[in-house]
Amino acid sequence: MRLAYLLALLLTTACQAAGPSLLIRGATIHPVSSPKIENANLLVVDGKIAEIGPKVSPPKGARLIDARGLHVYPGMIDSATEVGLSEISSVRETNDTTELGDFKPQLRTVIAVNADSEHIPVIRANGIVAAITLPQGGVISGQAAFLYLDGWTWEEMAIRRDVAMVLHFPTFGAGPSRFSAETPPSLAEMRRTYENRVKQLQDYLEQARAYQRAKAAPSPEFRPNLAMEAMLPVIEGKLPLLIHASRERSIRDALSWAQKEKVRVILAGVRKPGNTLAEIKAQGIAVILGPTQALPLEEDDAYDEVYSLPGVLYQAGIKFAFGSFGNQFARNLPYQAASAVAFGLPYEEALKSVTLYPAQIWGVDSMMGSLEKGKWANLILTDGDPLEVKTQVKRMFIQGREVELESKHTRLYQRYSGRP
Amino acid sequence: MKTCTLFLFLSVTAWSLPPFVIQNATVLTVTKGSFKGSVVVKDGKIVEVGEKVLIPSGAEIVEAAGQYLMPGIIDCHSHIATDSINEGSTSVSSMVGIEDVLDPTDVAIYRALAGGVTTANILHGSANAIGGKCEVIKMRWGKDAQGLRFEGATPGIKFALGENPKRQGMAPSGRSATPPQNLRYPATRMGVEDVIRQAFLEARAYQQDWKNYHARKARGETVLAPRRNLKLEPLVEVLEGKRFVHAHCYRADEILMLLRLAEEFGFRVRTLQHVLEGYKVAKEIAQHGAGASTFSDWWAYKMEALDAIPYNAAVMVRKGVLVSLNSDSAELMRRLNTEAAKTIKYGGLNETEALSLITINPAKQLAIDHRVGSIEPGKDADLVLFDKHPLSSFAKVTRVWIDGELYFDRDKDLSGREQFLLKKKLLLEKEKEKEKQRPPQPKKQNVSRRPI
Repeated sequence: MRLAYLLALLLTTACQAAGPSLLIRGATIHPVSSPKIENANLLVVDGKIAEIGPKVSPPKGARLIDARGLHVYPGMIDSATEVGLSEISSVRETNDTTELGDFKPQLRTVIAVNADSEHIPVIRANGIVAAITLPQGGVISGQAAFLYLDGWTWEEMAIRRDVAMVLHFPTFGAGPSRFSAETPPSLAEMRRTYENRVKQLQDYLEQARAYQRAKAAPSPEFRPNLAMEAMLPVIEGKLPLLIHASRERSIRDALSWAQKEKVRVILAGVRKPGNTLAEIKAQGIAVILGPTQALPLEEDDAYDEVYSLPGVLYQAGIKFAFGSFGNQFARNLPYQAASAVAFGLPYEEALKSVTLYPAQIWGVDSMMGSLEKGKWANLILTDGDPLEVKTQVKRMFIQGREVELESKHTRLYQRYSGRP
Repeated sequence: MKTCTLFLFLSVTAWSLPPFVIQNATVLTVTKGSFKGSVVVKDGKIVEVGEKVLIPSGAEIVEAAGQYLMPGIIDCHSHIATDSINEGSTSVSSMVGIEDVLDPTDVAIYRALAGGVTTANILHGSANAIGGKCEVIKMRWGKDAQGLRFEGATPGIKFALGENPKRQGMAPSGRSATPPQNLRYPATRMGVEDVIRQAFLEARAYQQDWKNYHARKARGETVLAPRRNLKLEPLVEVLEGKRFVHAHCYRADEILMLLRLAEEFGFRVRTLQHVLEGYKVAKEIAQHGAGASTFSDWWAYKMEALDAIPYNAAVMVRKGVLVSLNSDSAELMRRLNTEAAKTIKYGGLNETEALSLITINPAKQLAIDHRVGSIEPGKDADLVLFDKHPLSSFAKVTRVWIDGELYFDRDKDLSGREQFLLKKKLLLEKEKEKEKQRPPQPKKQNVSRRPI
């Protein structure tokens, strides 16, 4: 009995990984990496895209999906979320995003991901197949994970268990809020605090390098250290640092620091890059942009400053992807991209910034991010442009297997629309 | 009196403007269909709407080919343009009102305009079961506080149920027996009902005192007037249908509680605000006759928002509730048009129904639909021009008129930026100069940072 159950389980898992061949027929296919193809077919074999074209003959036993009138796009990727780590933002017990302490590179978000979070199917239902989930707080917060928004466990969800080390670069002038009764510190004091924080960070990297040297030539006193171990791939340039830096000074200092330390960098949450654009471009650094649907930071900023920022980055030749930096509105990721289109970002760039570009930035573009032969069949069927609010996502496939689009929301909707 | 003069003044400025015609736009009237045509504005009012219109002599022409004209967006729940919003020290704060703290210099007004909002219901916060009085305003950026007020709008008052009003009664660790500090009743939904019921019992007695007084006075008796009670007066107005109740609520149980309590006291709840579980009791809401003003897709930010679904608005519409979408946020306020589009996606409303949620429906909820909420002759010329269909993710506002006056113009905003930056630079330089001329300050001792 138990054996039969196990066998069945094994079979299901095996099926999940590969699944039968699949032919999506008669759709408008948007590979994103190349122009759209009308009335085309897409063949999936072993979970991967085997062929795209006007005439594709299905192998025997292939599942046929009539997609006439529908569009096929690559599934979207959200480059900054709290998926699996937070359920109800205001209820402390449901949050595992923020650990105590300033430097804890050894923390791994992946192991704290609740695969049964109600957020996962809700976000997925809008065409998002994968997400980066971020640790928060302190200076070095821990390791971000890259997840499929589907799977029975975090092991099954993980695309990359550690995809980046998250660093919050010190902020100049961070102190009591403007609502605080305390008078703000003087400019000189702010500078001192800021420089101290940057120095701490430098010292930490020094420590890591000293640890690296000590480990290479171990003396009898050498003791392994979890935090330092976790920093090794960072100083060896194997694991990128995702550096949160929103304003000009932090960005500038973060860039020159990173260059000196020879670490790989992705910038996150850039809001007021000022004169740093050329430097970001020169160093070939990619940016994860926060929601465009946000207020300008200063009272006298242009009303459309945040909407326009992606267009400005594009003009500067900087590669970027969007992140929702939360869970609640992660499903609105495509509309973040769309808002930028209204204010100067070319449409194709907007679409790429939630599909191909995040895949490139996170180093998985050989596997996903566009519809190309050999990539995983991570795709959505829609009745229109996924960046348009009105568009419905009809079906979703992750690694070629169909994923349900039901969620707590659709279940409650059905239940209560039927209330007599 | 003051209001009267101001109203006159406003009307005069509108009169002095030449009439104008917005032509060749796709006109989304909301109440009378959509068509390619023109809208004629004179003296701050819409005078003619149609595919072909009579162009008044001397009229300015606004060419809007390829663009979309819709009525000014109305946000039924906002807290912008205020200095403060929560008098949270007491469970019943009906004596305070937003009219006293309106801030016409809040840049959120301009930003709301840039998102097509022309009217908003500015509410007290949700810290207490019975909050302060509300104020309906128009986004007349540049006018003073008095000039913002929507003249003649029925006054309102904020109520709040659920987590927010009971929060101040909660000991820091929930049910724990830790001795609480400065707790304020209530701490439960039961207590919230008790506070509201108690307040209305008092209001009813107070109302009776005045009735008795007027009756005896009418009979020629010499009587002392009752002592005025500014806390109870607004509640008496509620009982008499002269003041609207806008009640912040989330869960189905508390919604029902308030509806039944209101029915017991003989008044109607004008709007349920947020009302995220409204879809569970849509039938009861419709029967009571309350409006519902909700979010499009907020959820899971607090315990009572755990069952919130983006289909809420559509379900309530289908079950006969008068529904609007609100922002409660200076940010979201700027894109209520795409919030409305979400009800097409979630629940299948049609385009007109979706647009109604941010125009004519909130106008009805605030009883200002004879003035605003649709493009019809006789209504205020509160109009928004979009470069694409307002329900598209790619649309942006190009121009906004209120009372026929142009309050937002994207071209002007863009062309004025250089000069604005120059002005800012000059001011900063001036400040630096002043700093240089100042005698050097003695080095500060370790003084206390507490404000004096």
